[in-house]
Amino acid sequence: MKFKTFAAFVGPSLVMMLLFIAFPLVSVFMQSFYVTQPIFEQVEVESCTPGFPNPICVTEIKSQPVLGADGKITTETRFSGLESYRNVLELGRVKAAISNGSWTQLMNVDFWKALRFTLSFTLLTLPLVLIVGLSIALAVNNAVRSLRGPVIFISLLPFIITPVIGGLSIRWLFIGDGILTAAMEWMSGANISMFAQAWTIELMMMFYRVWHVAPFAFVIFYAGLQTVNQDTLESAIIDGASRWERLRFVIVPHLMPLIVFIALIHLMDSYRVFDEIVAFSSQSHVISLQWLTYDFLTPDDAGNRAISRASATAMLTMVGIVLLLIYPLKRTWRDHKGSH
Amino acid sequence: MSTPKALRQSAALRFGSAGFLIFWCLIAAFPIFWILVMSFKNPVDAFASNPLDVIFGPATLAEGDGLSIMDVVLGLGVLWLSFRFAFRHLPEMVEKFTKPGTVIMGWVIAVLGFALVFIVVFFGILPWVLTGLNAMSGPLGDPIIGLTPKNYVSVWVDNEFYRNFINSLIVTGGVVTVSLTVGTLAGYGLARSGSNLAFWLLILALIFRALPHSVLVAGYLPVFINSAEILRPILGDAAPTLYGKPYAVIAVLVAINQPFTIWMLRSFFQNIPMELDEAARVDGCSHFQAFRRVIMPVMWPGVITTGLFSFLLGYNDFLVTSLLLDAQNQTMVPAIAGYFNRETTTTDQVEAIAAAVSITAPLFLLVMVFQRQIVSGLTAGAVKG
Repeated sequence: MKFKTFAAFVGPSLVMMLLFIAFPLVSVFMQSFYVTQPIFEQVEVESCTPGFPNPICVTEIKSQPVLGADGKITTETRFSGLESYRNVLELGRVKAAISNGSWTQLMNVDFWKALRFTLSFTLLTLPLVLIVGLSIALAVNNAVRSLRGPVIFISLLPFIITPVIGGLSIRWLFIGDGILTAAMEWMSGANISMFAQAWTIELMMMFYRVWHVAPFAFVIFYAGLQTVNQDTLESAIIDGASRWERLRFVIVPHLMPLIVFIALIHLMDSYRVFDEIVAFSSQSHVISLQWLTYDFLTPDDAGNRAISRASATAMLTMVGIVLLLIYPLKRTWRDHKGSH
Repeated sequence: MSTPKALRQSAALRFGSAGFLIFWCLIAAFPIFWILVMSFKNPVDAFASNPLDVIFGPATLAEGDGLSIMDVVLGLGVLWLSFRFAFRHLPEMVEKFTKPGTVIMGWVIAVLGFALVFIVVFFGILPWVLTGLNAMSGPLGDPIIGLTPKNYVSVWVDNEFYRNFINSLIVTGGVVTVSLTVGTLAGYGLARSGSNLAFWLLILALIFRALPHSVLVAGYLPVFINSAEILRPILGDAAPTLYGKPYAVIAVLVAINQPFTIWMLRSFFQNIPMELDEAARVDGCSHFQAFRRVIMPVMWPGVITTGLFSFLLGYNDFLVTSLLLDAQNQTMVPAIAGYFNRETTTTDQVEAIAAAVSITAPLFLLVMVFQRQIVSGLTAGAVKG
């Protein structure tokens, strides 16, 4: 294919990606160094109250926003360097917390709180998704053929459901004295409130995420299981390998590329954890990095959006995903080069 | 049995695996089933701590909304018959009455007609017949299960949820059409070009896929809000404010979806033998004509599958739509967040559940009809790559 035809085919897609992905990235990067604020001016106001013999007059200096010709508050955008990053990272409080050796104090700073949750969420759900997905795939592969279709149908439901709704459906089982909370109270005899502390909410979020993603892993593993070399399996049996050893030394190595693929996708997706925060309304206990940006971008009561701070958190979030993906990407790159 | 003895499994293992599977199916389906049940109850029943109360709904029954055994039996019967008809006879009828080439049109008409007949029968004729039957059949006609459509009525009629539904329809429809149009072109180009440039473009797309969406939205938001001023030098007074406009959101979602779309379509195009292009080229087609007249007709399965995933992305999105659309153009998923943020009464909560079920119902139908395509789409990229 000539370059010109290639360009004509790929062009529209590439333009869209550059315009709506690459360009915003650059603009976010720029925004994070600038800050837009209303201009304030110092005005000397003389206020007098009637008095005898002379009115009592007080002059005070007030600062008030400058109004433009159209009656709106004029704003200025100025270069602020790393100020937004400093505001987000709050290194002063972090230093104080570290010197006190106080973990709770550190967790009071929004950014570090969000980072802690995002990373632990990502790294804890990853093995769970892989194990649950593989177990379902093995079990389905083991089941009667006529049952496989219905099981796949049911398994696809949690995967296809809108994430916010999926999270809500789990939340409604537990909220207040919802049936599952009631059941747990009945079993333990204690008074349980699932939404009063951070760790139970996190537990529910992780449960939701595994419930949501495991079907994806399952379908891919299940397809992979169909291509396992039966001869290798048979020779393993002849060599006296137990069922567990066959799984460990024949099936899992065969599925390794798929495991890497799912892990990669899962790292990307669960690092973006956001819908759970909305669904479980957990902002007062648990927040994630992406939610932090979202929160800065939503207008506050006065209708202002903290764009520069949002940009700073967005850039920091990006740095995180790059760091997280470097190792798996390097690995696939090595494999890719090794295979040629 | 042809299974070799060594491969045969012990009873314990077989029971364990079957038990695990049943357990998984329960977990997978239960939350969704449960919100369906809750959505038909009044608040007291829906949030009762005893599961039996939630299922049978005594408080809902006391308010006079209930179903008798007769209602349940006949209702389920009609549902079962219509599903059977939809999956057995409808395909045959479509095949019989449509000419080749108009199959898609035929399906659209068939589905719309079926939906219309179903609605008339299930919500029009059936209740009318049942009122008569219940009066005649004595104890079988007494209501036993509390069930009320009240929540749905207040969501769809009083709170005008249909507006959000229409907005969702516009946004998802736009996303699917545009991303398939742009994506098939790019996917074809990438699949047929072995150049290094194509490889690097794919890697770039993979990197773009990893970006958190909030990062991108942080980039759009100031530009979209001020777009009228930014674009004025170019477009004059016709310059639009992009913030809040569905087409701006469509463009954004299409771009976010592009990396995934072109990867998936590329792997489908690679399955189509190169010889097909070459034959068309020898017969005097240009590259584009070959793509349009020879490749696309055999590409439909891949296009449908990719379209399904684009649909899911547009339909399920919360973050982009909630930040870039104003209240007037709000789609369904962000609208539901508004419901439970109010969280003043349990009535609001039950209405939120009814809205949630309304959002899930089309997805449920989608899995039913397109299960095979979804599975093939999930495995397309993974198993080969």
